[in-house]
Amino acid sequence: MKILVVEDEAELREVIQQSLEKQSYIVETAASFGEGLDKIASFEYDCILLDIMLPDGSGLNLLEELKALNTSNNVIIISAKDSLEDKLAGLDGGADDYLVKPFHLAELNARVKSVVRRKSLNGNNKIELARLCVDLEDRLVTINHKELVLNRKEFDILSYLVVNKNRLVNKTALAEQVWGDHMDEADDYEFIYSQIKNLRKKLREGDSGVEIQAVYGMGYKITIV
Amino acid sequence: MNLLNYTLKYLYFTLLAVISIWAVIFYVRMIAEIRDSLDDGLENDKMLVIQKVAHDPATISRAGFNEHNYAIRQIEKDLAKDRKDDYRDTMMYTLNERDLEPFRVLTTAFKNNNVYYELKVVASTLEQDDLVRSLFYSLLGLYAAILISILIINNVLLRKIWIPFYELLARLKVFRLDQHLNIATTTTNIKEFKELNLTVSALVDQSVKAYGNQKQFIENAAHELQTPLAISLNRLELLAEDQTLSETNIESIDKVITTLQRLARLNRSLVMISKIENHQYGAVETVVFNDLLRTIINEYQDLAEVRQVSLEFEDNGQFSAMINKDLAAILISNLLKNAINHNISEGTVKILVSQSGITFINTGRKEALDTQQIFERFRKGSSSKTSTGLGLSIVQSIISIYNFDLNYCFNDSHQHIFEVSIKH
Repeated sequence: MKILVVEDEAELREVIQQSLEKQSYIVETAASFGEGLDKIASFEYDCILLDIMLPDGSGLNLLEELKALNTSNNVIIISAKDSLEDKLAGLDGGADDYLVKPFHLAELNARVKSVVRRKSLNGNNKIELARLCVDLEDRLVTINHKELVLNRKEFDILSYLVVNKNRLVNKTALAEQVWGDHMDEADDYEFIYSQIKNLRKKLREGDSGVEIQAVYGMGYKITIV
Repeated sequence: MNLLNYTLKYLYFTLLAVISIWAVIFYVRMIAEIRDSLDDGLENDKMLVIQKVAHDPATISRAGFNEHNYAIRQIEKDLAKDRKDDYRDTMMYTLNERDLEPFRVLTTAFKNNNVYYELKVVASTLEQDDLVRSLFYSLLGLYAAILISILIINNVLLRKIWIPFYELLARLKVFRLDQHLNIATTTTNIKEFKELNLTVSALVDQSVKAYGNQKQFIENAAHELQTPLAISLNRLELLAEDQTLSETNIESIDKVITTLQRLARLNRSLVMISKIENHQYGAVETVVFNDLLRTIINEYQDLAEVRQVSLEFEDNGQFSAMINKDLAAILISNLLKNAINHNISEGTVKILVSQSGITFINTGRKEALDTQQIFERFRKGSSSKTSTGLGLSIVQSIISIYNFDLNYCFNDSHQHIFEVSIKH
C-alpha cells in the first residue's frame, strides 16, 4: 500500500508519515503543489492525503489534475477549514473524504483504511483479529464464525479499535467517533468506560482471543491475547 | 431640550436684558432732550416778557397764571441781585385734566425802572409716568415681536438647515459595525455640516476597516493555530504509543493532550463565532426543529445519563424556521448541552416544542442567572475544566443573525427556562 502525503507543514507531514508507517504503509511525501503534481504524474498511489492550502497552489487544483490524469486515486483532504462549503467543494472536486485539522491519528487511520477499502477491487471489508472477524460493511461481528450480538455503540467502538489494532486510541477520539463531536465537552468519559466494560465481557465470553486494554486512563488499545 | 430651543433660552434672557438697559438709557436721554428744549422755550418766553414789560409797564399788573404763562411780582433789590435763572419742575392745577399736572418753571429776576421784579414763566411738560408706561408697552411689544420672529425663523428656517444633521444622527443611531459598510450623508451647503459629514464618514470607514481587520485577525489567528495544534496533538499521540514509557509519563502526556484539545475546541468555537457573525454560513432552508430536536436529544442521551439527568421531550406542534441547517443543529445542541451540563444530580431537562418556539426547562442552581452576563464570551457558570465559556455566545450569535428571540427566566420551582422563538 502506497500513500502520498501532500502537506506543506514539515512537522505535520512527518508525524503523519510516522503514524502511517506504523500501519506498515509505504509513505511518500510532497511539500508543495509542484512536488505533489510531479509525484502524482509519475507514480500511482493507493491513497493521497491532500492539504488544501499549499504555498504554490490550491489542493483543489491538484484534485482537478488527478481527475484529468484519470488515475483512480483515493484522496482524503486534510484542511484547517471546517465549513460545510469547504467540505462540499472538496468532495465535489472528487475527494473521497475530508478531515479537519486538528485530527486524531486514530481518526486518520480509520479514514485511510475506509477509503482504501471502499476503492479496492476485491472489496475486502473484513478485518480479522485472532478469532474475531469484523465486517465493516454489513456491521457484523463473528467469533469463530459465530455471530456476536452488539449494540450500535459497542459495534462502533469495536470497529474503531479494530481498525486501529495494536495502537493506542485516545478516549476523546473514541468518544468523538462513537458519540459525535458534541461529546467533546464532557469532562469525564465514564460513558465510554461502561460501553467498554460490556464489550470486554462479550469478547471474553465469546473466547475471541482479543482483549481491550486500558492505557493508563489515556485511552484503549485492542490486542491479541 | 433640543439645540434650537436651547439657544433660544439664552437669546430670550439676553434680549430682555439688552432691551431693558436700552429702555432706561433711552428714557433718561429723552427726558434730558425734552427739558433742554422746554428750557430753551422758557428762556425765550422770559426775554419776550421782559421786552413786553419794557414797552408796556402795565403788563406787570396784567400778569398772572390765570391768563398768561407768566407771573410777575415785585421783590427786594437784595433778593433780586443774587437771583439767577432757575429751572425746576413743579405741579400745577389744570382745568382740562382737573388735576395737578407737571410743569416746567423758570424763575428769574429783572429790573424795570429801578424796580426789581421776580418773573416766573411756565410751560406744560410731558407726564413722565405716561411716558414710562407708553415706553414699557412699546418695548414689550418689540420684545414679543422679536421673540416670535426668532421662533418662527428657528422652526421654519433653522429646522430646514439642520436637516442634514438630524438625518446623520438618525443614521448613526441605527449604525451597526457588523452590519453596515459605510454611512450615507445628506448633501448640504453648510460648511460645518459638510465637515461633520466628512468626519463621520471617515470615522465610520476607519472603524469598519478596523473592525474588519480585527475580525480577520481573529479568524486568521484561529486558523493559523490549528496547524501547530494538530502537530502537537499528533506528536503526543505518537509519543504515548511508545511502549517504554511509564504510567506517570503517559498520564502527563494525557494531561497535555487534554489541555491541547481544550485549546483546539476554544479555537474552533472562536472561528465559529466569527464565521456566524460574518454570515459565512451559507444556504438557508426551512428546518423543522421537531425532527432535529429528536435526533439531537437522542445523541445527548448518553451525556445525560452520565450526568444523571433525565431528558423529557414534549411535542406540542411543529416549529419550523428559515435557518442554516448546521447552525440550527448547533443552536439546539448548545442549549441542550447547557441545560445538561449546568444541572444537578437526579435533575431534569424538559424540552417543549410548539408552533411558537422551543423551550428548555432545566433544574440547576437554585438562583437565577444574571441575564446581563450569561451570553458574554468566556463567562462561565461553573468551574468546568472543559467548558469553553463560548456555548451561549454562539447561541446568541445565531439568534441575532436569524432574528430569533431568546428569553431566559427563572421560575418559582427553581427551574431555568430558555425559550427560543421567532421575533415578530
